[in-house]
Amino acid sequence: MWRPLLLALALLPGLAAPTAAQGAGASPSGAVAPPGPSAEIVKQLADVASADAAVQEGAAVALGKTGDRKILPLLEALREGSVYVRLLPGGKKETVIVGDKVAEGDKTLVPLFRAYGREPIVGADGKPVLADLTTLGEVPTGRSLRIAIRPLIDAFSGQSDLVAPDPATRRAAATKMGYTGDAAIRQVLEDALGKERDRWARFALQEAIALIRLRTGNETERVAAAEALGRLRSANAMEPLYQIASDAQAPAPLAAAAREAIKRIERWGLFTQGIEIAFQGLSLSSILLLMALGLAIVFGLMGVINMAHGELMAIGAYATFLVQGWFTAYFPTYFDYYFLVALPFSFLVSATAGLVLERGVIRHLYGRPLETLLLTWGVSLMIQQGLRLWFGAANVDVSAPRWLSGGIPVMIGVQLPYNRLFIIGLAAVAVGAMYLLLFRTDAGLRIRAVTQNRGMAACLGVRARWVDAGTFALGAGLAGLAGCAITQIGNVGPELGQNYIVDSFMVVVTGGVGKLLGSILAAIGIGGLNKIIEPGMGAVFGKVLILVLVILFIQRRPSGLFATKGRYAES
Amino acid sequence: MAAVSRRDFLKTAGAIGVGAAAGIGFPAVLRAQGGGSVKVGVLHSLSGTMAISEVSLRDVCMMAFEEINARGGVMGKKIEPVVVDPASNWDLFAEKAKQLLLQDKVAVTFGCWTSVSRKSVLPVFENNNGLLFYPVQYEGEECSKNVFYTGATPNQQLIPAAEYLMSKEGGGYKKFYLLGTDYVFPRTANKILRAFLRAKGIPEDSIAEEYTPFNHQDYQTIVGKIKRFSSGGSAAVLSTINGDSNVPFYKEFANQGLRSEQCPIMAFSVAEDELRGMDTSALVGHLAAWNYYQSVDTPQNRKFVQAFKAYAKKSNLPSGDKRVTDDPMEAAYFGVHIWKQAAEKAKSFEVDAVRKAVYGQTFLAPGGQIKMDEANQHTYKPVLIGEILKDGQFKVVSRSKGLVKAEPWSQYTSPDKGCDWIKHQGTYQKKA
Amino acid sequence: MRSLERWGLLGLAVVLVVALPTLNALPAGSPLRISDFTLNLFGKFLAYAILALGIDLIWGYTGVLSLGHGVFFGLGAYAMGMHLMLEIGTRSVYRNVLPDFMVWNQVTELPLFWKPFYSVPFTLLAVLAVPALFAFAFGYLTFRSRIRGVYFSIITQALALSTWLMFNRNAMNLGGTNGLSGFKSIFGFTLNSAATQRGLYVATALCLCGAFVLCRAIVRSPAGRVLIAIRDSETRVLFSGYSPAAFKLFVFVVSAVLAGVAGALYVPQVGIITPAKIGVLPSIEMIIWVAVGGRGTLLGPVAGALGVNWLQSVLTTHYPDLWLLVLGGLFVAVVLFIPDGLVGTARKLLRRRPRRGDADARLVGRPDEGRRPEEAKPRTEVRHVQAR
Repeated sequence: MWRPLLLALALLPGLAAPTAAQGAGASPSGAVAPPGPSAEIVKQLADVASADAAVQEGAAVALGKTGDRKILPLLEALREGSVYVRLLPGGKKETVIVGDKVAEGDKTLVPLFRAYGREPIVGADGKPVLADLTTLGEVPTGRSLRIAIRPLIDAFSGQSDLVAPDPATRRAAATKMGYTGDAAIRQVLEDALGKERDRWARFALQEAIALIRLRTGNETERVAAAEALGRLRSANAMEPLYQIASDAQAPAPLAAAAREAIKRIERWGLFTQGIEIAFQGLSLSSILLLMALGLAIVFGLMGVINMAHGELMAIGAYATFLVQGWFTAYFPTYFDYYFLVALPFSFLVSATAGLVLERGVIRHLYGRPLETLLLTWGVSLMIQQGLRLWFGAANVDVSAPRWLSGGIPVMIGVQLPYNRLFIIGLAAVAVGAMYLLLFRTDAGLRIRAVTQNRGMAACLGVRARWVDAGTFALGAGLAGLAGCAITQIGNVGPELGQNYIVDSFMVVVTGGVGKLLGSILAAIGIGGLNKIIEPGMGAVFGKVLILVLVILFIQRRPSGLFATKGRYAES
Repeated sequence: MAAVSRRDFLKTAGAIGVGAAAGIGFPAVLRAQGGGSVKVGVLHSLSGTMAISEVSLRDVCMMAFEEINARGGVMGKKIEPVVVDPASNWDLFAEKAKQLLLQDKVAVTFGCWTSVSRKSVLPVFENNNGLLFYPVQYEGEECSKNVFYTGATPNQQLIPAAEYLMSKEGGGYKKFYLLGTDYVFPRTANKILRAFLRAKGIPEDSIAEEYTPFNHQDYQTIVGKIKRFSSGGSAAVLSTINGDSNVPFYKEFANQGLRSEQCPIMAFSVAEDELRGMDTSALVGHLAAWNYYQSVDTPQNRKFVQAFKAYAKKSNLPSGDKRVTDDPMEAAYFGVHIWKQAAEKAKSFEVDAVRKAVYGQTFLAPGGQIKMDEANQHTYKPVLIGEILKDGQFKVVSRSKGLVKAEPWSQYTSPDKGCDWIKHQGTYQKKA
Repeated sequence: MRSLERWGLLGLAVVLVVALPTLNALPAGSPLRISDFTLNLFGKFLAYAILALGIDLIWGYTGVLSLGHGVFFGLGAYAMGMHLMLEIGTRSVYRNVLPDFMVWNQVTELPLFWKPFYSVPFTLLAVLAVPALFAFAFGYLTFRSRIRGVYFSIITQALALSTWLMFNRNAMNLGGTNGLSGFKSIFGFTLNSAATQRGLYVATALCLCGAFVLCRAIVRSPAGRVLIAIRDSETRVLFSGYSPAAFKLFVFVVSAVLAGVAGALYVPQVGIITPAKIGVLPSIEMIIWVAVGGRGTLLGPVAGALGVNWLQSVLTTHYPDLWLLVLGGLFVAVVLFIPDGLVGTARKLLRRRPRRGDADARLVGRPDEGRRPEEAKPRTEVRHVQAR
């Protein structure tokens, strides 16, 4: 019903020469406008609203090919379906883009933007015009139109992404253009290469240029490109190189160059895979160590089996969530620093929880490890349900601060995530701090004394009760710290503790009770072994195998890697 | 030896025994049938691992009951919900189902999420001729007389998603990494997907398949494999990873440098409710396939979303009006209304009468008009491909033309089977 | 007391085995009738009670805390379940001789280890033998290395976790996460009929009585004395010339067999077995039944299994949010305040009461009891200490 009218009226502005004296490309609305689009563009803007899909498509493609950046918002709006036509006083039509809907009572109002450049349309009073959606005519965007638009948008965004401030975006844009580009794009890439400073973006550009030359160049160019790709160790080139190498009709020098390049790339691939496995093992080990450290202290030094250790980690994680919430509400500009505050905060919160636990219930049960096991299990259930009732059963969202998102590419094909690097560092610091505390301070001396011979230490004036409470709080605090770190790589929900408790115990038991070094070695061993097995055997078998190995290992050495001498830990 | 005489002992033992028997019988007394009301069961986990997903279904069902009761109930009788908590425990599901059918004698039950829970209650419903409305997308290959499936079958979710990715509009991807959690839905889903992809000409070595256990947290190795698989572009991930494991997967994916433009992840188990608890910055640009999104722009959806947020706030649910709606919730919601319509059409709460009345029912669901199938106990649904936005909502990028008929038996893996309760007795062999 | 207790237990047995099923067999509508649902529920609880007896043997009397008994329960349950799956035959969804999950897993032929389960005698043997062999292997390795106390408990946790992971895998051909379900008949009897369920209930009750008698016999025998001695001080037993490892192994195997039997009785009454019953959490919950009831008392675990599970049933129906809090609270309360469990504490109270004609009960006890500490004579005197 609308459409034939639209078509007719849309042609009017094209027919009627814009007589208004507002400079080149007066907009059809007749209102005051800045230097606007050319008449050609204006006509195509109107055509885009046409009922005829072919006309629409033709207009959109023509607009896209102008390369005028101000067309991009229209193309994107077309794809989203937020292009409408509005009826102007005087009977003319204007193609507009609509913004976010505002509900006012029964009506839905939308702000309007000009199709060219997406500038807000303001009324006579200077305020943005809000139109009733029902008074606007929708411009349909069928599937074929969207298909046609997509490469146009890609071209625009590709070009803009090539100069984006973020190097990761530039890299991605270059890589994408490398897959699909032609000689014209190659020129664009080479221009960008001339200006590019970032090492990895340069690499991506070189790779993209070489890929395009491999596809579209003459023979010498292609041979050179194959060699370049081999030098660049480009994994993305494997597929086209394979095709060339296996193509019986490819010219000999080209096929040879391709094969040579493939060899180099594959060798490099094996090398990087090894590095990746090593890093992954280190990362997993650091996580295990962080989790197990608190447990090792409590179990190793006090003989207390704390099955609520996982829940103390969960408390630390939820504390991080709370800190994030406070920063979002009160200090939004400093949001990225919330994590630095959350680390000590979660330590303190969990330490307090541990203190309460110890003073309240656990101290009645020293020397009865099986009972503490059951008791702390009960406490863990209560804490879990408490968290579920307070925060909800659903997971909560802990966002990564910007400096922990993404990763650092260290070599071709290997990117090390920042959050894992941070956790490795945190684990190292925690271990170092524990070592210093236990072996270089008076407090540590007292802890060790109480561990070795409680009675004697009490006789010598050490307040055993306080030391107990302190040690337990320390272990709990470390659990909280681990929980805070875990929020960056996993979920935060009431079930968080359950996921990690058995692993923590495995590390402690394997490492031997009472020795820090044992726990460290056990964490490294278990983490590393897990990651070596996993590529071959899959995640489940890997885990099962590790558990079985731990069980068998304990059979051989029941007291773990480093046994405490004496009859201390066995009940 | 004791001063306690035999008589005393037996008296006490008897008292304890009576007390125990009374205790067992007591709850039944509590639940005596009312006169002007009809009992319906709600069988969703409110604690344990599945609570994360299922609590929202309970909430939306309760809201639907409230709506219906405010308008006079069903045939004048108010809905009296009986809410039980099987606590993510599969044998408790069977026990609670028995309780609902045998003790409480509910007219209909709305429940279950995982296939395990459904399979554990299925014998109970079939043996006692109960009625279950099951709102979650699942793997198909089932066709029970006592269940109405208001969630998607594979051809209403998986196949259209793969088709979209292979199309020019979707990006023309040619290599697919099938990654899932190790249980029946991903296994069956990937079986069907693989058959579909092969039927469309994708070669064997362009399809990879991998499974991880529940609650798996460490995706470093797998993301490394995906990176190598996707080098050269034109690869996409079809993800049936379930629940919690999605968060570490997406995070690792982003942190190792993979981007959604290079290798998009099409997820089948990630909806607005899961995104609520995730850091979405790593997910922006990735895709999902559902039959409904909260962002679907229809007047009835706007009303539905507003009503749910108001209900959440009023009932002091955790997160209040920040709660979201998603596909299983919408399916649960219109399931309640379909049952009501069917009961009114059949003028009875008898399971067999209501069943027959459900066939062919239509309803203006929040996401648009849906229709119950005329014979196979499933639902005609639209298919929408959505792109994840920063705020945890979806932007619809592709929509099916009209409603898609459900095929419980996929034409790609079981072309010889069909499901029909009018002309046959459920699952039947199609004649070649 | 002996005979009193015996009468009491006999009465209880009669109630369980005879009275309850008879009440269930009454026609519907009769006021005393126990519904099918309740009887079925009770049957499940009794199966748990058998399991609890086994745990009491190994923990209450021998002092070995196993946090992985779910594994043995599961092994027995799966053995029975496999037979029931095969008994479905072609009455399944896919109308195939193979179980449904094999069909959607694209397994075309019944795996070798499934084939023997067609036969009933083999199944019954497997229910007893598989948990026994597994327990023997695990126990032999562990007890021989003198692993005890907490280490043993943690190792059993690892066992439970790895078994759970393995059973969850579809490649094992045991149903994966979905487990085994959809049974239609047991040994030829339709599973769904009230009469079959009643029969299963009676079978469970009888097995419980048999298990109770067996455990009693073990505990009262000289071997039982050694077990208690091991609980109290293993080193002393070792030095007395006994081999604690052998005794522990024996009891571990017996408890595993009881767990397997419990599993086999559980499966037809509940209708499904999944790996969820094998993991760490359910295994620890089994411990709480024994702890609440009273370990080392045989009657206690039975009462605990019945009581705690009934409590769970009630709470998850009416106050679902509370159940986990209550369960956790039970753990804490029992350990702190009633370490002997309900039955154990009751027994202690009953024994402490002064008996008629037993006026000098107070004199029975330690020699120094009753005297003030200052009056107690020191055992050692120190004289003439000189510093050198």
